[in-house]
Amino acid sequence: MKKLLAILLAVAMLVCFAGCGENGGDAAKVQSIDEVTLTTPSQIEKVAKEDLKVGFIFLHDANSTYDKNFIDAANAACEALGIGQDQVIMKTGIPEGEECYTTAKELVTAGCQVIFADSFGHEPYMIKAAKEFPKVQFCHATGTRGKIEGVGNYHTAFAEIYKGRYLAGIAAGMKLNELIDAGKFTKEEAKIGYVGAFPYAEVISGYTSFYLGVKSVCPTVTMEVQYTQSWFDIEKENTAAKALIANGCKLISQHADSSGAPSACEAAGIPNVAYNVDTSNIGPNTAIISSKISWVPYMTMMIKAVLEGTTIPADYCATLKEDAVQLTALTKNAAPGTQAAIDAAKAKLDNDELKVFDTKTFTVGGKELTTYLADVVDLGDFAPDTEAIVDGRFIESEKRSAPYFNVIIDGITVPAE
Amino acid sequence: MAEIKVKSAKEPLIHITKRDDMSFSKSALVHLIGIVVAVILSALLIVAVTGQNPLELFKAMYEGVIGTSAANIGINKKYTESIHIAAILLCISLAVTPAFKMKFWNIGAEGQVLMGCLTSAFCMLEFGGRMDNTALLILTVLLSILVGAVWAVIPAICKAYWNTNETLFTLMMNYVAMTLVSYFIMVKDRSGRSDLGILNERTGYGYLPELFGRSYIFNILIVVGMVVFMFIYLKYSKQGYEISVVGESENTARYIGINVKKVIIRTVAISGAICGLVGFMIVAGDKHSLKPDIVGGQGFTAIMVSWMSKFNPIVMIPVSMLIVFLSVGSKFATSAFKVDNSIGDILTAIVIFSIIACEFFTRYKINFRKAKKEG
Repeated sequence: MKKLLAILLAVAMLVCFAGCGENGGDAAKVQSIDEVTLTTPSQIEKVAKEDLKVGFIFLHDANSTYDKNFIDAANAACEALGIGQDQVIMKTGIPEGEECYTTAKELVTAGCQVIFADSFGHEPYMIKAAKEFPKVQFCHATGTRGKIEGVGNYHTAFAEIYKGRYLAGIAAGMKLNELIDAGKFTKEEAKIGYVGAFPYAEVISGYTSFYLGVKSVCPTVTMEVQYTQSWFDIEKENTAAKALIANGCKLISQHADSSGAPSACEAAGIPNVAYNVDTSNIGPNTAIISSKISWVPYMTMMIKAVLEGTTIPADYCATLKEDAVQLTALTKNAAPGTQAAIDAAKAKLDNDELKVFDTKTFTVGGKELTTYLADVVDLGDFAPDTEAIVDGRFIESEKRSAPYFNVIIDGITVPAE
Repeated sequence: MAEIKVKSAKEPLIHITKRDDMSFSKSALVHLIGIVVAVILSALLIVAVTGQNPLELFKAMYEGVIGTSAANIGINKKYTESIHIAAILLCISLAVTPAFKMKFWNIGAEGQVLMGCLTSAFCMLEFGGRMDNTALLILTVLLSILVGAVWAVIPAICKAYWNTNETLFTLMMNYVAMTLVSYFIMVKDRSGRSDLGILNERTGYGYLPELFGRSYIFNILIVVGMVVFMFIYLKYSKQGYEISVVGESENTARYIGINVKKVIIRTVAISGAICGLVGFMIVAGDKHSLKPDIVGGQGFTAIMVSWMSKFNPIVMIPVSMLIVFLSVGSKFATSAFKVDNSIGDILTAIVIFSIIACEFFTRYKINFRKAKKEG
């Protein structure tokens, strides 16, 4: 008891000391991405094809549409490069935590020269492993820190999926127009619903580009968003979609990984535009199109860099042009002329004639957006740092591959905090 | 009357009698046979289930623990890491030992360690950058020890004064601790993902210093110190003697003038304090992160280590190493051979099971019914 008391006293003294010794010195200046020292990717030592081993870390297994998209891409990329099954180690069901670091280490010890992880929360642990094993390449999808971390063998990647969303939006807008022309509802009643996972930039950027795509062909459209606070929850996604339909939404899209929303749409006969996965089997009478990221080009590039002994970019945004952003085939439910409209818009996007986030096409609080600071330099501080309005557009994914558009524009209603 | 009945009853085919103490060499032989049997069983299982060459798999297990030189990383000193994992398990085993020796069934080590982790994480986040790093480390370790001790003492007080069931109480405290950690993460996390990532990732506030280029060597040194302390404390100190007496019989203890309540509370507080220290080592000296399952069941494995070692701190060293090396090695081997992780768990279970079987054979004797001469 006496010992305990002594410890207590010592602690009390130290806490007092802590209060006095406060220096409050971490008010560092916020730097924009252009002021930060950028990572120089390290030179990779060439690996002979028969010695190559590739490791993959997946959050869930193939039952999640999100991970299935990565697993399929990994298989396709390895097969195309002629890498045998025995040279590929896939670890599924790795949570976003310390396990990611231990799994990465395990893959290193198993001889992998390049390791890929697929979920956002894997990032700090991948960096930790990358620092420890400088000769191994660590590639991370959806990460935000490759460009600024200064760890030469750590790389992040994403794709300009907002362009895919925009094109899918055109298909949705054409469908609305068809229904308006058929007299199902008036122009003013054209309202769409969106089931989002979390109020993150990735989701906001996704639904805003989708909305702008719809608006480009159906100018009177409005959109209502509901969040499920989960990446994968069939029940919640289903309920959210039903609620949106009850609120008068004439078409639904989603950014969540289950079949919840598409099946609610099929039951109610409401058209649906999907993400990441072809839903034409779930909604034979309502599915229109879906957009997705294909990771094959990036994974191919990453493996090739190790085989050829070159470098992997510190941060890479895979493009629509290199077919990293894809649309599934239009179904019979789409309005006539949709394919032609999408092709025309895609050609314009490809030659930069058309910008998705052109500030002339949307307003925020009734005004055109002329300046906006986005949180591009991710130091865990959530502090906006970089001017993102350049030449009359929001420069999504140009300063960093992972999306950072997080403005709620006019015409979109989100749930109150 | 009774005697006649026994004699007329049919003698069972097998009956078990307690042995006198077995000599050391004989007991060592029994354990050796046990391990050989375990290896043969494991090999058979590997061949039957996976079709792999068991020798290759055993070699991979060895490499998984010791490490090999691989082209992609140069010389791999994995054994320090394996020793560290064993050291953490060993330290929790040391922590639970005094209470078990006293026959206080404390199965709350998991929660007590977790509370130490939580306190350490709290100090790192709240006080990091507001004081010198050495002062922060001292504050963190003291608070973690204190909280670990308090977490253990709550059930101990209830046991000492109201004779509550400490097994259930300490078990429940584990779940309370896990929920508190989840709550803390929810409050502290600003990303909405219920994940704190790596604590003080950019500043390194509250991290134990690296020795020989590795963050966890400090932990190993602390555990070495704890082994020596616990050995002396249990074997040569007056308090250690009091623990044995209370464990043997509370009435005897009372008769010779030992304050039983005081001994129970003090001993459990020491157990909890060491658990708190382990929590500090896990968070500040190794993982630098916090999750409700960060202790990973080691609080329960430690109970097995403590019992298998018969509460002897020195014996706990090889036992905890055996258990950790088996699980680390089999995890690596299953991954290298791309067989399911569960095979590794089964192999570990076979070895542990045969060691426990050895315990049985060193303590008891099996007598077969002697063939009766008819007519």
